[in-house]
Amino acid sequence: MAPAMSVSSLGYEVTSPNYKETELTLRLPGESRTQKSGTKRGFSERVETELNSSVGDSRGMIFEDDQLANEVISAAAKSPKSKAEVVGWPPVKSTRKLNKACKYVKVAVDGAPYLRKVDLEMYNSYQQLLTALQEMFSCFTICNYLNERKLMDPVNGSEYVPTYEDKDGDWMLVGDVPWEMFVESSKRLRLMKSSEAIGLGSSEDTFKNAQAKVVEEAFNYSAQ
Amino acid sequence: MNYFPEEVLEHVFDFLTSHRDRNAVSVVCKSWYTIERFSRERVFIGNCYAISPERLIERFPRIRSLTLKGMPHFADFNLVPHDWGGLVYPWIEAMAKSGVNLEELRLKRMVVSDEGLELLSRSFANFKSLVLVSCEGFTTDGLAAIASNCRFLRELDLQENEVEDHRGQWLSCFPDSCTSLISLNFACLKGEVNLAALERLVARCRNLRSLRLNHAVPLDSLQKILAQAPQLVDLGTGAFVGDQNSESYHKLQSSIQKCTSIRSLSGFLEVAPCCLDSIYAICLNLTSLNLSYAPGIHGSDLIKLIRHCRKLQRLWVLDCIGDKGLEVVASTCKELQELRVFPSDPLGVGHAAVTEEGLVAISFGCPKLHSLLYFCQQMTNAALITVAKNCPNFIRFRLCTLNPVIPDPVTSQPLDEGFGAIVQSCKGLRRLSLSGLLTDQVFLYIGMYAEQLEMLSVAFAGGTDKGMIYVLNGCKKLKKLEIRDSPYGNGGLLKDVGKYETMRSLWMSSCEVTLGGCKALAKKMPRLNVEIIDESGQIGVNPDDDRQKVEKMYLYRTLVGPRSDAPEFVWTL
Repeated sequence: MAPAMSVSSLGYEVTSPNYKETELTLRLPGESRTQKSGTKRGFSERVETELNSSVGDSRGMIFEDDQLANEVISAAAKSPKSKAEVVGWPPVKSTRKLNKACKYVKVAVDGAPYLRKVDLEMYNSYQQLLTALQEMFSCFTICNYLNERKLMDPVNGSEYVPTYEDKDGDWMLVGDVPWEMFVESSKRLRLMKSSEAIGLGSSEDTFKNAQAKVVEEAFNYSAQ
Repeated sequence: MNYFPEEVLEHVFDFLTSHRDRNAVSVVCKSWYTIERFSRERVFIGNCYAISPERLIERFPRIRSLTLKGMPHFADFNLVPHDWGGLVYPWIEAMAKSGVNLEELRLKRMVVSDEGLELLSRSFANFKSLVLVSCEGFTTDGLAAIASNCRFLRELDLQENEVEDHRGQWLSCFPDSCTSLISLNFACLKGEVNLAALERLVARCRNLRSLRLNHAVPLDSLQKILAQAPQLVDLGTGAFVGDQNSESYHKLQSSIQKCTSIRSLSGFLEVAPCCLDSIYAICLNLTSLNLSYAPGIHGSDLIKLIRHCRKLQRLWVLDCIGDKGLEVVASTCKELQELRVFPSDPLGVGHAAVTEEGLVAISFGCPKLHSLLYFCQQMTNAALITVAKNCPNFIRFRLCTLNPVIPDPVTSQPLDEGFGAIVQSCKGLRRLSLSGLLTDQVFLYIGMYAEQLEMLSVAFAGGTDKGMIYVLNGCKKLKKLEIRDSPYGNGGLLKDVGKYETMRSLWMSSCEVTLGGCKALAKKMPRLNVEIIDESGQIGVNPDDDRQKVEKMYLYRTLVGPRSDAPEFVWTL
């Protein structure tokens, strides 16, 4: 094992970051590091961590007893998504989680044979929601034209306007109210074909402009 | 010992209530065994697959109260597939057939069906108490059967169960003649209940001591209920939202003030903080407060509330209380014995949580603390060492860092020394859960010092098989060991196979054990069920490839061999 490390009297030494050497692998005692027999369980993949930022740069840790595996955690970006991928961590009963953050609403798309469900609590903004919807109904791309929040199906060129049903049973345009208020009050979503949404304003352009303005304001408001 | 007539011995045994004492007494000699088995009324079975209903009834024909536990603990965190097992129906059926005079059934992590509840309600004329904790598989129809048919029901306690709500009228099924309820807890139910029926039920059950409502019970119903039940000792509110300036809110305040016996408070499933004024009157006498389902109470409202609760012994809160809030707890709640701090943001998307500072403050302020469950952003060895010094009386110490492998942020060291200090100082420690960056060293300490340890939970530990071996060798009283995502393999698993017969169970998931290792273990130890959970079907495809890793293994001692209800994805080797 190469390295530029010496063991001090305390047995601990800071080394310069050497990611490959210090990469965490799991193996039975006695196996050498060179043997990559698929023992790596995806542990570091599964839980990508970074040393607490207050520590500063990443450090390698060597343990005095060289019979202990020289395992170190390499710094990697910590993203909420990687945490979410670890099943059952943190260990909290599902009855607790449901109570807190779980707002599943149905999503209907005009013309689609079945509906989907999304958990609005998973997102922090309209943009994230639309991105997720785009992924879910993968035929769409987000059409950010004129700052509007619309989804477009590039195949047939029709545009979809995201709308939602609020607590009073009214169908509203997505984007008018601050994000948190929207999450609170929406019961279900519908991606409505633009052609149907028109008819609310006097002319298509006026309507679009009005929409764009409203959505932009909402975006600014919720970004505060 | 044969000098005493049986009746005298039986009378003496009556004073033995703990099942451990009774178990001890039953192995003294044959005659004591016989006398004890005919006089035992309460039986506790920690693993429903360790014994069969038939053998239970044969040994204890006079049983009146049965406590059963089913799925392994990690089922709480979705690590055990649906349909794994743990059905209670065969137990109910067997007892019904044998004419057992069952009065109480307490279940944890079991699958309960409506048919089972129906059978239960019809088979035992004196049935009095049903307690279901973390169970699933039933609906409100099953509850309706219990309400309708159990004429002497005293206790219906539903804690954190997954219950399908059929929006029926289960609560209305309690007949007008039912006046015996002492405890009713339906906080975990998601659906509506008939409020008028609830109010009438409370009014006629004059002995009602404990009442925990679900979110569907609004504030004005609560007011009417409290007006009828000022004798309550334990209250779980439903939704606590109302208009501070209304007539009904003022009525509520005066009703609450009359409830001078309330010692335990929970709920606030939905809450308008301005309404909290009404409960300050009862805070002074509270010994137990559970706000862990109340994310609506935080910040200064939460602190203000806590400042009123000087006699608290048990506190469950969310981590939005923050370190500062815990300092307030430390200075206010000098009698605190149990603290649980739950994460309000399990996915950790950048919310303030608590850190080692809060825990250290608690340890200085609350020397009587003996039970802890603490979800935190980070922990340091220095803090744990301080806590160990301040609170040597820990019986349960469960620490969960939101990042499971986080080291000490100050020193970058693993948390071995900190947890080592805990086990060394807390000589009575019975339950321990570890997290953070860990090596074999911490397990060396645990094996050396944790003499009373009965349950150990390990997740994402580092090190080698040595760690597991230290624990198995050292902890003489170990009963349950559960390990996930740690580097222990066949070396650790097979080192001391005899140990597992002294334990209730071992769970290992995402470790390094192989199919071959598990097979070897099963072969050596016929009185263990070594179960492999093969969700992906991979093992089924290559059952002879002994080198493949076993994703989930659960083994337990048993007197009745492999279970007959194992689903197809469970292999008993």
